[in-house]
Parts: sequence; structure tokens; C-alpha cells
Amino acid sequence: MTLDSSTPAVKVHAVSKTFNAGSSESVQALADVDLVVAPGEFVSLIGPSGCGKSTLLRLIADLLPTTSGSIEVFGKSAAQARIDQDYGMAFQSAGLFDWRKVAANIELPLELMDYSKAERSARSSEMLELVKLPDFGDHYPWQLSGGMQQRVAIARSLSFKPRLLLMDEPFGALDEMTREHMQNELLAITAELGTTVVFVTHSISESAFLSDRVVVLSPRPGQVHSIVDVPMGDRSDDTREEPEFFEKATEIREALRAVEVGL
Amino acid sequence: MNSMSSLLRKIPPGAVVGVVFFGAWEAIMRIRDSTEFLLPRPSSIAREVIRQWSGNDGTLSTAPLKTAGWNTGYVAVTGLVLGLLVGVLLALVVTRFRRIGGSLTPFAVAINATPIIALAPIFNNWFGITGNLSNQAIVMVVVFFPVFINTAKGLTEVHPDQLELMRSYGASDFTILRRVRIPNATPFFLTSLRLAAPLCVIAAIVAEYFGGPQDRLGPVITQNASFTRYASAWAAIVVASGIGLGLFGLALLTERFAMPWKRPAQMQ
Repeated sequence: MTLDSSTPAVKVHAVSKTFNAGSSESVQALADVDLVVAPGEFVSLIGPSGCGKSTLLRLIADLLPTTSGSIEVFGKSAAQARIDQDYGMAFQSAGLFDWRKVAANIELPLELMDYSKAERSARSSEMLELVKLPDFGDHYPWQLSGGMQQRVAIARSLSFKPRLLLMDEPFGALDEMTREHMQNELLAITAELGTTVVFVTHSISESAFLSDRVVVLSPRPGQVHSIVDVPMGDRSDDTREEPEFFEKATEIREALRAVEVGL
Repeated sequence: MNSMSSLLRKIPPGAVVGVVFFGAWEAIMRIRDSTEFLLPRPSSIAREVIRQWSGNDGTLSTAPLKTAGWNTGYVAVTGLVLGLLVGVLLALVVTRFRRIGGSLTPFAVAINATPIIALAPIFNNWFGITGNLSNQAIVMVVVFFPVFINTAKGLTEVHPDQLELMRSYGASDFTILRRVRIPNATPFFLTSLRLAAPLCVIAAIVAEYFGGPQDRLGPVITQNASFTRYASAWAAIVVASGIGLGLFGLALLTERFAMPWKRPAQMQ
């Protein structure tokens, strides 16, 4: 199937998700969610805990089945996109494999896709450059700090240059300064590769800084409450101190407050 | 002066403890009990180990220590290998088929709760007392349980993010087993090996107390003890603990060799 620029990267249509449907422990996590993400766009999902933002991400990744509704990734079903490895994933825990050296961790998805050895090592060196860890390929994960491990996890998720990156609070466990560094680097990398990103976070400033659009979800069952546009252009460390950034953060904060009181 | 103290610092603390322990033992026995009736001196035990090692002078009523140690070691090691195989295979089955696993695990726990050694007379009837089989079976049953429990834990307790990651790559169950579960279980398996290595010698000797061929460490110990030849009994015990230590050392070496990724502080 050919892909023109009007085919959305992700199209979520009327999606609901109920866990343990039909039993007494049935929980409706998401109800009637619609969301379209354009190619190259950076979209954050934010909301109080229990709003189903991680569930929505896993539905897009086809790690969970939807209860009703449909999800398309680059015009295909989510299941097909998973099999075609159209997306990369990163989690709050770096999830590196202890027994593999850093370079081998980055090369794992490439091994599964039958890249040749030469291609794999070329790609892992390239990715290590990209996340600014060029000399660490031969180290084991435990020899790296938490922030460095997370950078390796991002390098791994990008190693096969997927068009879409799905991230579940990837910087949640990092300290504030490392987190801001990583945000800058993520934006630089995804801009360079033209990657579409769907990013789950519970940090207001993080969502305002990173995103083109911020989707605010309301809880139980999760629904799209509002979408905040953040048309700030290219971001830098100075962006964090600009009035426009504070205005957007305030707008997101107010939407979240409205969600909390059930408006 | 400085070179003297740096030389002293190079002596491992374990060696110091050992020298003090055996020195004190030797000294106390020399002062208190010249007959060495119940507890012989270390020097007498060492003399017996050397005298009875090959047993060429024809004065021994029991098997030479070299022969007995070799035979007991053979039963212990073959039983260990069998126990490792059965434990790992069962762990793989339990991981692959969770439903079978659910019914298998309580069964394995029940086996473990049984004092295995109580089965020795029955195993002797089943497998006969003229060969190794009965004693090997005891060792196998003793060893298999810690291996099974630990390995199964390592195969199943994989971080959920790592499983989701593998599924996001479209990896099959077999690929996940090979690339994630088995490497994840390696440290768990090696920990159980460290437990099982000395355990197999204990199991072999206790099984030998209950019957089987006589040219083994177990019978050598019981026969010498019943004729109050305590130094000879102790000599056999020394050989047994030597085998146990050797196997434990091998387990540690395997660990170092099989897990190059382990941080040094985690090594023992």
C-alpha cells in the first residue's frame, strides 16, 4: 500500500476497552476514544492516574486487543503494523537485557529482523552517536547510570528507524536535570529522523515542552477531554523560560483541573 | 617494615582462620586426650588419609580411600547431572504449559516435603543394592528440587516491559524463550547449582549408609566408626568434604564463566 502524506500515522476511531468484560470485576478503561496523529507529529497523552493513557498506548501497539472500535497505524491494522515492526517502544524502565552489552541491546531488534552482522554494528554505532554514548557499546548495562540506560533504550527503540515511536513515561524515573537533557535530545533525534511520537506522561511541563498537541484524558472510563495545541515551533532550553511556554502549561493544568472535578 | 605488612595483607583471611582452627584443635587434643578416643588430632587424621589413600600395604579391612572416594564421587556427580537435567526440563515444561505447571508444582513441593532419605530402603528394593542405580536415584531426587524451583522462577519472572518489548517486535514464544527467558533464568539456575553441588555428596553418602556396594565412603565411615577406628572414619570424612568442596568450586567457576555480564561485587 502506498503512503501519501495525508494517511495519518495513527488513527484511533471510537475505541473502547473493558478489562475482564462480562465478569464482576469488569473495568471500563476507555470509552469511545477518537484520535488522529499526523506523520511527523509529536502528541502527548496526559491525565490523572487511571485515565487509561498507558492502555491507549498499548492498544495502538497491539499489545492489548480493543473491545470495540478500530485502530489504524499508517493505514494498516494495529496488528499488521506490529508484525511489520512499524513502531518502536520505550518504557519507564529502560528494560535493557543484563546479559547483553549495550551495543548488543541496541542490535536486538535488528537481529530479530535478520539484519546482517555488519549492518547491525554499523547501525548500533550510529545510534550510540545519536544518543551521545559513542564509547559505551562494549559496556554492560549495569555499568551505566539510569539516565544513560534510558538513552540506550531510546537508541534501541530507534535502531530500526521506525516511523512511529510509542513511549510510556520514558523519563519518569529520571532526575529533573537529566530529564530535561533527555527531552532536548529526544526532540533533536525525532526531528532529524522525522519520527512520529505518541508520548504518555503525567508531567505538565514535559508535555508542553515536547508536544505539538497535548491530549488531556478524563478518567473512569478514559475519554478525550480536550486537546491543547502547542504551536511553539522549534524548542530549546530557552523555551522553558518563555511566557508562551508558561501559558501553554497553564492551559494544560487548567484542563487537568477541570478533569479532576469532572467538568 | 612496610613490605612485611603488605605481605601479611596478601594472606587470605580464610587461611588464617583455618590455621588457627586446626592449630587449636591439635593443641587441645595433645594436652587433654592422649588416647584420641572420640576426636582424633588433625595430624592423626592426615596420617590416616595418606596411609589409606591407595591401601597398598594390605592392612586395611575397608576399601582404600582413593577407590571409595572415586566411587562415591561418581554416584554424586552422575546423580547431580541427572537431577539438573530433570529439574531444568521440568522447569521448561512448567513455563511452557502453565496449566500443567499449576498441577505439577504442588506435586514437586510434596516430593520435596518428603524426607527423601526415607525412600532409600524402598529405592534399594526397586533398583537393587549391587549397583549404583539406587543411590544415584536418591541423589537425583534430592538435587532436582532446588534446581526445578529456581530455574522455573528465572524462566517466569521476566520484567513485563521486556515481554511487551519482545511482543512489539512480533517475537514468537520460542524466540522469547531463547532470547529472554533462558538468559534470564541463567543466574537462578547457577545459584541452584551452587546449592546442589555440595548437596549431592551429602545425599550420596547418606544413601550409602542405607545399603549398596561396600567400596564407598559411606560404608568406610560406618565400618571404621563401629570398630572405634575413629581416625580412619575421619579420614574418609575428609575425602568426602574434599569432593564437596571441589564440586562447589566447580560451580563457582561455571558461574564466572557462564555469566560474564555479572558485576564483580555480585560474585562470591
